[in-house]
Amino acid sequence: MDLLRFSTAGSVDDGKSTLIGRLLYDSKTIFEDQLESIEGASNKKGLDHVDLSLLTDGLRDEREQGITIDVAYRYFATPKRKFIIADTPGHIQYTRNMVTGASTSNLALILIDARKGILEQTKRHSFIASLLQIKHIIVCVNKMDLVDYGEETFEEIKAAYIDFASKLDVEDIRFIPISALKGDNVVDKGDKMDWYSGGSLLNTLEEIYISSDRNLIDCRFPVQNVIRPHSDEYHDYRGYAGRVESGVFKVGDEVMTLPTGFTSKIKTINCGKADVAEAFPPMSVCMTLEDDIDTSRGDMIVRVKNQPEATQDLDVMLCWLGDNKLVVGKKYIIRHTSNEARTIIKEIQYKVDINTLHRLKEDKNIAMNDISRVTLRTTKPLLVDSYKNNKSTGSFIIVDEGDFNTVAAGMII
Amino acid sequence: MNYNLDHLSELESESIFIIREAFAQFENPCILFSGGKDSIVTTHLALKAFYPAKLPFPLVHIDTGHNFKETLDFRDALVKENGARLIVGSVQKSIDDGKVAEETGVNASRNKLQTTTLLDTIEEGQFDACLGGARRDEEKARAKERFFSHRDDFGQWDPKNQRPELWNILNGRKKMGENFRVFPISNWTEMDIWQYIKREQIALPSLYFAHERDVLERHGVLLGYDKNVHTLREGDKVEKRMIRFRTIGDISITGASESTADDLDKIIAEVAAARVTERSGRADDKRSDSAMEDRKKEGYF
Repeated sequence: MDLLRFSTAGSVDDGKSTLIGRLLYDSKTIFEDQLESIEGASNKKGLDHVDLSLLTDGLRDEREQGITIDVAYRYFATPKRKFIIADTPGHIQYTRNMVTGASTSNLALILIDARKGILEQTKRHSFIASLLQIKHIIVCVNKMDLVDYGEETFEEIKAAYIDFASKLDVEDIRFIPISALKGDNVVDKGDKMDWYSGGSLLNTLEEIYISSDRNLIDCRFPVQNVIRPHSDEYHDYRGYAGRVESGVFKVGDEVMTLPTGFTSKIKTINCGKADVAEAFPPMSVCMTLEDDIDTSRGDMIVRVKNQPEATQDLDVMLCWLGDNKLVVGKKYIIRHTSNEARTIIKEIQYKVDINTLHRLKEDKNIAMNDISRVTLRTTKPLLVDSYKNNKSTGSFIIVDEGDFNTVAAGMII
Repeated sequence: MNYNLDHLSELESESIFIIREAFAQFENPCILFSGGKDSIVTTHLALKAFYPAKLPFPLVHIDTGHNFKETLDFRDALVKENGARLIVGSVQKSIDDGKVAEETGVNASRNKLQTTTLLDTIEEGQFDACLGGARRDEEKARAKERFFSHRDDFGQWDPKNQRPELWNILNGRKKMGENFRVFPISNWTEMDIWQYIKREQIALPSLYFAHERDVLERHGVLLGYDKNVHTLREGDKVEKRMIRFRTIGDISITGASESTADDLDKIIAEVAAARVTERSGRADDKRSDSAMEDRKKEGYF
């Protein structure tokens, strides 16, 4: 069984909570005591139906105000797959939350109200999914029961979305007409939309092929820790602990450590007590090399003939997450793989209007939820790839030096 | 060779990554060890993360004085087997020092008092990060937790002002006096834990397996009866039943369920068929709808 992580976004009334509630309920993930607890809470609020959003809104303020403050993670499994949903609210700090949820997702689920068609929010979510290089989008045209399950409505929305999506960079877009409330095409197909020949949403989530999304070509192993047991049995053991971010490492492979540039061969790869012959993403392993090389946290083990770029100048897309505005020329901390440096933002190229996707070249005022293209200069070279080729070595965060909050997320172009 | 990881291996890999980040980013981390299955799995993952080196952090146990003997025996055996360091924070000592007052009444519990002892133990040991076995699927306030969860200099959690966590880049930077809770198994579900325990053949306290025990039923919760902990009132009836515990905490509050599941396969089958959450037996969560959130804000696990 494998794991699929997907993100959802939406406002209160587009049926997202109902849809998630149905997926959880029909996969037997909602328990009786949870249901009783939200039934009680719904009654207290004077509702005549069970408000499934109360399942995801965990904090007292959220329940009292009927809003979702933060990304909530939900879990369910079918016999075929285990799923992690990053459920992001559509209204408050929407970009910040959507970007956070999307950063670890294989797939984005986008809901469109069949009566309303494509809204600004649909475009925002789609743009963010594309920016974060999510390769699969499932567009659920919801509330089909309110448009008499009409094929024409569905096809119109589909055509409009395809037109809009031509500006985006997404490989795989699928469309499913559903009614989250009545259950049509959510778990079972139902009998109202015979004109639709595809699978139900759950069926699509179970079957969609995602393993080709991983980069198995460019070997990148950022060193997290050096393991030195100092015991009699392992007196000379010097292991490099880390996670394979991309590529496949095999025992006997000739490798290079960066930035030092030493070459050696992989002697052993172990995960706990078990030795393995090869390691691939996203395995956390410990490697030893044939030669005693001075390598430490922040370094990277790669192949001699396939190296990342070592650079101090970065051209990036930046999502601003902090309460304070971006200040050009101010020093920040940049964290990239297991490495850390200081950086200044040299220049703002443009800000993106995420509703129209227009580039605003004159607007240099970057605040929370803004997406912009900027250039950075770091105090030491970082070992980078473009985000498009490698999410792990192409992404970074920016941390404020004063309060140490994470203020931006960046993707290297 | 198909380069696919199954879901347990992917979760394991993520957790090991987080534990190694905690080791690298903090000066003096520890593992909060309750003796429950989640902290046992967390300890197992930490051992795996640094093998063949020894566990580089101590285990910190907050002893309410109302612990099951089985839990304490298990803890001591685990510490001995792995040559780990154990630090025990005593709630009894916090009471004796006058820092907290014992609750009174029939439902008295030392659960809430633990927070003071925990925060004192963190301060005394100068731990800047405490690794815990909390999972997001356990409880609604926990669904909002980060892997690296920031605490202010009073040990408090501010759920509305958390650092966003993107990709797998963790930010453990902090000011003097602040510290972090680290939750490596955030993304695991109860089922994942049990499947992993089976796959890795991880030993557990016998309390998790069905056995016969004196129990006391209160507010629909079956409590493992201990005459030193529970005050009987009129109408209370202590009787022998075949039970097991789905979670393990303080004797005063941990609910048992009637069960005949005496091995891992039977437990996994029981978990798969369960229609109530594992924390449904926890009297501490039943105090109010936001009982967990309130305790967490104060500095609870």
